[in-house]
Amino acid sequence: MAVVTPAGAGAGPVLEFSDVVLRFAGVTAIDRVSFTVDPGELFAIIGPNGAGKTSIFNVLSGVYAPEAGSVSFLGTDIVGHKPHAIAAMGMARTFQNIELFENLTVIDNLMLGRHRHIRYGWLSAMAWLGPARTQELASRRAIEEIIDFLEIEQYRKYPVGLLPYGVQKRVELGRALAMEPRLLLLDEPVAGMNLEETEDMARFILDIREELEIPIVLVEHDMGLVMDLADRVLCLDFGKPLTTGKPSDVQQHPDVIAAYLGGGSAVDVAASDAAADDEAAGGRGEPTAGTHDRPAETKGTR
Amino acid sequence: MSNALTRRPELYTTYAQDMALLDTPAKRNSVAALAVAALTVPWLVVDPVLFLFAQGFALAIGAIGLNLVTGYAGQVSLGHAFFVAVGAYTAAALTGDTDTRFVGFGLQLVVGLPVAGLVAGLAGFVISPLASRLRGLYLAIVTLGLVFLGEHLWKEWRSLTGGLGAGRPGVVADVGGFRFDQPGEVFGVLMSSQQKMYYLCFALLVVFAVLARNLARSAVGRAFGAIRDRDVAAEVLGVPLAKYKSIAFTVSSAYAGIAGSLLYTLTSVIEPASFNLLMSVQYIAMILIGGVATISGSIAGAMFLGFLPFVTRQAPALFPWISTDPALRDGGFINVFQLEAILYGALIVAFLVLQPRGLFGLWVKVRNYWKGWPFSY
Repeated sequence: MAVVTPAGAGAGPVLEFSDVVLRFAGVTAIDRVSFTVDPGELFAIIGPNGAGKTSIFNVLSGVYAPEAGSVSFLGTDIVGHKPHAIAAMGMARTFQNIELFENLTVIDNLMLGRHRHIRYGWLSAMAWLGPARTQELASRRAIEEIIDFLEIEQYRKYPVGLLPYGVQKRVELGRALAMEPRLLLLDEPVAGMNLEETEDMARFILDIREELEIPIVLVEHDMGLVMDLADRVLCLDFGKPLTTGKPSDVQQHPDVIAAYLGGGSAVDVAASDAAADDEAAGGRGEPTAGTHDRPAETKGTR
Repeated sequence: MSNALTRRPELYTTYAQDMALLDTPAKRNSVAALAVAALTVPWLVVDPVLFLFAQGFALAIGAIGLNLVTGYAGQVSLGHAFFVAVGAYTAAALTGDTDTRFVGFGLQLVVGLPVAGLVAGLAGFVISPLASRLRGLYLAIVTLGLVFLGEHLWKEWRSLTGGLGAGRPGVVADVGGFRFDQPGEVFGVLMSSQQKMYYLCFALLVVFAVLARNLARSAVGRAFGAIRDRDVAAEVLGVPLAKYKSIAFTVSSAYAGIAGSLLYTLTSVIEPASFNLLMSVQYIAMILIGGVATISGSIAGAMFLGFLPFVTRQAPALFPWISTDPALRDGGFINVFQLEAILYGALIVAFLVLQPRGLFGLWVKVRNYWKGWPFSY
């Protein structure tokens, strides 16, 4: 499924996460985790609940400050930077539980994504002349491309709080894309979605890679999706890295199977291998198999 | 082409049309009708009522200011009365006579009004670091403290305020020898002082309402909304919280200052005790009754509360148990001032429970009813 040859592959990694440690009063949420994300790569982080996946995202976007280790984004060490400063460098993010501004319209939410590109002050805004007007119109034009890309034309002027869940997830992706990010962090983009919505989202993620060539870090429990889309996968358990590698290798790794099924003996692992596939696919068996095939189909018909 | 467009008023062919303030013919027509009505009112109603209109316009500027910080940016401020006072005293001192026992510089209103806004805005800017460290109820309590500090300051600073019970003369509405506060001819038409003041307040309200509306629809206004709804997500999107909370407080306080200076061009005396908690609560009531995070709602709420005393002053004639005497010497049960205070409270509760989006929300309901007519959905 490695569809894209990363643009500018010769350049250094977009993100270097090295030996990061994060503790919350006795609980070590992230325990010496290291990984890198290369240009154009789709890097997935998996692990059971409480493994520290979202904590990694919070360290990346500056919400948590790690105790040890370094995080380098586009060659700059971002540990200790404020979230808005990191965002201004071009790191965009979606959240596990939708964090849209529910009283604002879809347009306003997407326009907020473009905040880092806005250069006028409040006085200019009050007069609505010169830079304010020009930049607002330019931003409006830019987000219309995202509206078109994500096929949410009919929802433009609705407050997002009134929209269905699947559409809200899409708007949140759109808000991150509106930042024109250099790196996109997706925290469970298909959580709680039905099969059709999951397929749509998978297609959007593939399109983002191919058309926009944005490197992506993906946290997801839908193993079918992860195995299909990711170039490399990092598996965590209780904050510790278990393994990093190609999706197929990670899937077979005994530690990974043990983490998901509750570490038995080698015999147990062998016996429950079939069940492991099922569990790893989100325990949904048949429908996920559909997801498994779907992106390949989409590619074929394009 | 133009024919096709008039039949499809909501077909936008440019982004400028799509983002226009008055983006539908209905809005353009109703605003035009309102403007015409507002311009003819001074020739239709008597001076005391005209005074209430002008006062309502001035209050509306203050309410818009509070709505920017509390409605749009979600930072509950009970300190609005303090900033109103700063504006009122700044303007009164700048425009006041130089030869009285009060501080006075004898300047004109064109200086006094903007400087009052600037000084109040500066006060808000100085206070704003508090807002970036506190939120919710804590911020409300701290801004409440501001009102009490102010009350003490106004009581004691006698050369500026005249002290408790006495007060000082209000703001002098003099622009280049043209006195808004005295009757006189304008373009050959004899106008009363109330008519002139009405037009002054109306013109300023239009200007400040449009400025606020522009701010609200810009990136700054969106950042306010983002901070109000989800501050962590706002920051992760690149919105620096401290900066935008500071902008919200500064602009809001400047509006309060303008409102304060305008309010006391209408009344001849500034009584220091009037800048109390009740005044802050009145502004909160205006935006809750009018509609949180709407400019038109702020204006509607201010007009509503501005006319409330007009209604309650009629009450003693109908109900003998309501007294006009503060000391209830004529045997009443409560006086009109208490009745007003009770009504403020009752209205806030009633609107919060029954119509949280205020008068603006009521209007939206009416509009949607007619849009959907004859269907109910």
